[in-house]
Amino acid sequence: MNQRRKFLTAIAPLLVVIGICGLVASAARSPVAQQPPSLQVRTETDFGSIVQRVDKLFFDKWHQANIEPAAPADDLTLLRRLSLVLLGTTPSLEEIRLFEADNPTDRIARWTERMLADRRFADYFAKRFARTFIGTEEGQFVVFRRDRFWAWMASQLQSNRPYDEIVREMIADRGLSTDHPEVNFVVSAFNEGIIDHNRLAGRTARAFLGQRIDCAECHDHPYAAWKKSHFEGLAACYGQVNLSGVGVEDNHNEPYKVQDRMTLEQHEVPPSVPFHSEWMPTEGTTRERLATWITHPENRRFDRAIVNRIWGLMFGRPCIHPVDDLPDPEAGTSDVLDLLAADFLEHHRDLKRLISTIAATRVFRSSSQHPAFDIGDKEDVIEETWAAFPMTRLRPEQVIGSMLQAASLKTIDQNSHWTSRAIRFFREIDFVKEYGDLGDDELTERSGTIPQSLLRMNSSFAAEWTKSTVFSAAGRISSIAPNDEVCLDLCFLVCLTRRPTFEERQIMLPSLENTQGPKRGEAVEDIFWSLFNGAEFCWEH
Amino acid sequence: MQHITNSRRDFLKVAASALGLSFSIPGLSSKAAERRGVERAKSFLTIWLGGGPSQLETWDPHPGTKIGGQVSAIKTTIPGLQIADLYPQTAEQIHHLSVIRSMVSKEGEHERASYMLHTGYRPEPTLIHPSIGSIAIHERPDDKVEIPQFVSLGDANFPPRGGFLGDRFDAYRIFNPGESGQNIKPLVEDNRQQRRLANLNATTQSFARGRKTRIEQTLHQHTMDAALRMMTSEQLKAFSIESEPAELRTAYGDNAFGRGCLVARRLLEIGVRSIEVALQGFDTHSKNHSGQAARATTLDPALATLLKDLADRDLLQSTIVLVTGEFGRTPSINPLEGRDHWPNGFSCLIGGGGIPSGLVVGETDPHGEAKGPKDPIEVADLYATVLDRLGVEYQKEIITPIGRPMKFCDGRPIERLSAAL
Repeated sequence: MNQRRKFLTAIAPLLVVIGICGLVASAARSPVAQQPPSLQVRTETDFGSIVQRVDKLFFDKWHQANIEPAAPADDLTLLRRLSLVLLGTTPSLEEIRLFEADNPTDRIARWTERMLADRRFADYFAKRFARTFIGTEEGQFVVFRRDRFWAWMASQLQSNRPYDEIVREMIADRGLSTDHPEVNFVVSAFNEGIIDHNRLAGRTARAFLGQRIDCAECHDHPYAAWKKSHFEGLAACYGQVNLSGVGVEDNHNEPYKVQDRMTLEQHEVPPSVPFHSEWMPTEGTTRERLATWITHPENRRFDRAIVNRIWGLMFGRPCIHPVDDLPDPEAGTSDVLDLLAADFLEHHRDLKRLISTIAATRVFRSSSQHPAFDIGDKEDVIEETWAAFPMTRLRPEQVIGSMLQAASLKTIDQNSHWTSRAIRFFREIDFVKEYGDLGDDELTERSGTIPQSLLRMNSSFAAEWTKSTVFSAAGRISSIAPNDEVCLDLCFLVCLTRRPTFEERQIMLPSLENTQGPKRGEAVEDIFWSLFNGAEFCWEH
Repeated sequence: MQHITNSRRDFLKVAASALGLSFSIPGLSSKAAERRGVERAKSFLTIWLGGGPSQLETWDPHPGTKIGGQVSAIKTTIPGLQIADLYPQTAEQIHHLSVIRSMVSKEGEHERASYMLHTGYRPEPTLIHPSIGSIAIHERPDDKVEIPQFVSLGDANFPPRGGFLGDRFDAYRIFNPGESGQNIKPLVEDNRQQRRLANLNATTQSFARGRKTRIEQTLHQHTMDAALRMMTSEQLKAFSIESEPAELRTAYGDNAFGRGCLVARRLLEIGVRSIEVALQGFDTHSKNHSGQAARATTLDPALATLLKDLADRDLLQSTIVLVTGEFGRTPSINPLEGRDHWPNGFSCLIGGGGIPSGLVVGETDPHGEAKGPKDPIEVADLYATVLDRLGVEYQKEIITPIGRPMKFCDGRPIERLSAAL
């Protein structure tokens, strides 16, 4: 008996450790349920014509500007591009091998679908959307649950729920932030014991209509048609919302009052919308009515806003900048946003279809190289007309995701061992903190910084992921590659998703020559380090 | 779409010139570093008390009243000024600074209030304002400083950011002060480092094909070069404190914050323009008195030693010192013996760099009944004073990347704190 107690006492700490490991594993787990990936390719008749129409629009533009577009990018570049955009990391060697073995005819289209069906897509895009819909402020402890919102958004994306349904739930649903994670949209505006209606009104216009009306909180917009009264009316749509023990609810009886900034007098403001009030139903809570109005099929702003945002996430640069300040849609005209928005609406606001469409356009598939950038002539026109794929700085999550992925030959995803996922989970937090989080506005163009260079060159992260061990990519490549040429090829494929050029071989092969064991490991570490530190690794191209 | 590309290009051009300039000129001559007193260019040092220090347990005690809590008041070197007895050493050095007891802001949540107290603006959804330290290095760059000109020491929850001025005006963060700079030393010996750089050069050349001007705009090479230069700079020694006398190190306190304050002094000597040293842990929603007292044991020796050290080295005339948190704490004490967030009348210390010392500005109600303090001071006015003293045109409007003109600071200098010495 005594011995048994001793034994139990001895293993108690171990049980605690195992328990904690279990919790960590579950925290790092993807919240999205496993589903068999659908690898169906959307056929030409399905969305070929929309791609052609978008392409024609750009070809006309290039023709008018008298420029040639960049050549199409090669397939491996496109694989890297898609993987970074949709999954947040570069492809693994495992994936590159599968891809290269695949039938080249339409493999990019097939791999786009494959990635969209991957749970990593839902998880990664959920976090991108969350920045727009609930921001990055920490928010009120306990009542606000970002993690639940992520999980909810990821499952909406995974099941490809129509976008308007997702938005309607965020705006109008009731309940606790844990049971009904979509209400975190409203709860994110909870501050100092009250729901800030003005913050909700501003965010609603920016996120769902692509319009910045925040300045109309205090005065009429200086040049757009937004009036202070519009803002107040929109805020009043959230006027009945209330946070209680049962979570977010609507309190029907209280009129919404606003204090005048000059006279300090209170006046009642009825809920209203700034235009086309006929789209707003008369039945339902004010939030439900607002949600219906926003997602009304004739509300072009709603569809244009999400198209511009998805475009921004895919190119690193929105079609119209800033992403949430679009000009009013004009009657009778049709720009690229309108083309894509109309198709989006026609196809039940299918986000995955929208992404596939953009991924199939000539613009998305263009190279980021163009002779104009070497000569230094007409670069502005090339940038303005999207005649070459834009180069933008990778988000910190993409940099660390890619470094971690490159340190492993196998794909790190929901099927990976929990330790890999836990490492990814914790190291990402540390890395983003040091690299500098981008905040709510991820689509502003930025240059790199000195601390980022130091972090990539000298940090423990860099040491860890370039290190040659029996488990790491660097170690395995140095021991399994049959010769120096293959060894160098593998380093390049793993880090940069391409093979080395002739000049690169000339420079780097000698360092591998006649090496073995630890010396060879060091040489491979050095190559990994060099590839991690170039602009090519750190920028989308 | 024209303006987009232009503004982007302009932005990158400005970025390039800022970086190019500040890193292409050789190191600080020893003479410049030796310059003292009013001759020196001014720097701005913030001692950030994260979480919201209680004014009642720091610089504005009301002992023996309903709101006073367990604190007593002690005399200080400023005639008539009493502060909490938790700060006996600071009481001896406080004449180097002035006390403001009537700071007001409208932000009572940590993140938003930290933004307010770093930038002088309330958070806005469509624009990130730069912190005051970032504005200082933007407007008053020093060519001779090879290490970052804005340094944040300690593990601040909400470090100061460059906002719309750009990420390169973010504070350079040192998470563990005193243990030299992080990520400064190459991972491998020199021969391997050279091989790595040669490899890197080869891939850089290949990648530049068809992307030459684009790559120049990324500033990737500029920042790498600047980082490499920094790694070999003599000025890096400022981050280490081994050469400081053991007595002095003990006086500052052998903890991250104490070391941070000592490193701050060393950085000031080099000519680093903006510094923040952060001490977290003032968020005492329960057991306020013991919580604040525990922080005081770290803050009091470090702050007092720092003030004395700066004064002894004749660095105070060129250094504006600001001691503040994001807000204060409620006069009332909650059932958990804690105090909650309170932006309506909190305290800060400010002085040095030409700001008059020995003044006491504002007054809070000893009974905690008045809505706000007497002689309220807005955050924007505090920062207009700081920028003005730093020689920055605080009202200067600059065009933000989204094309909206914005003043560096929307306040006016506080007259009493702007009087010439």
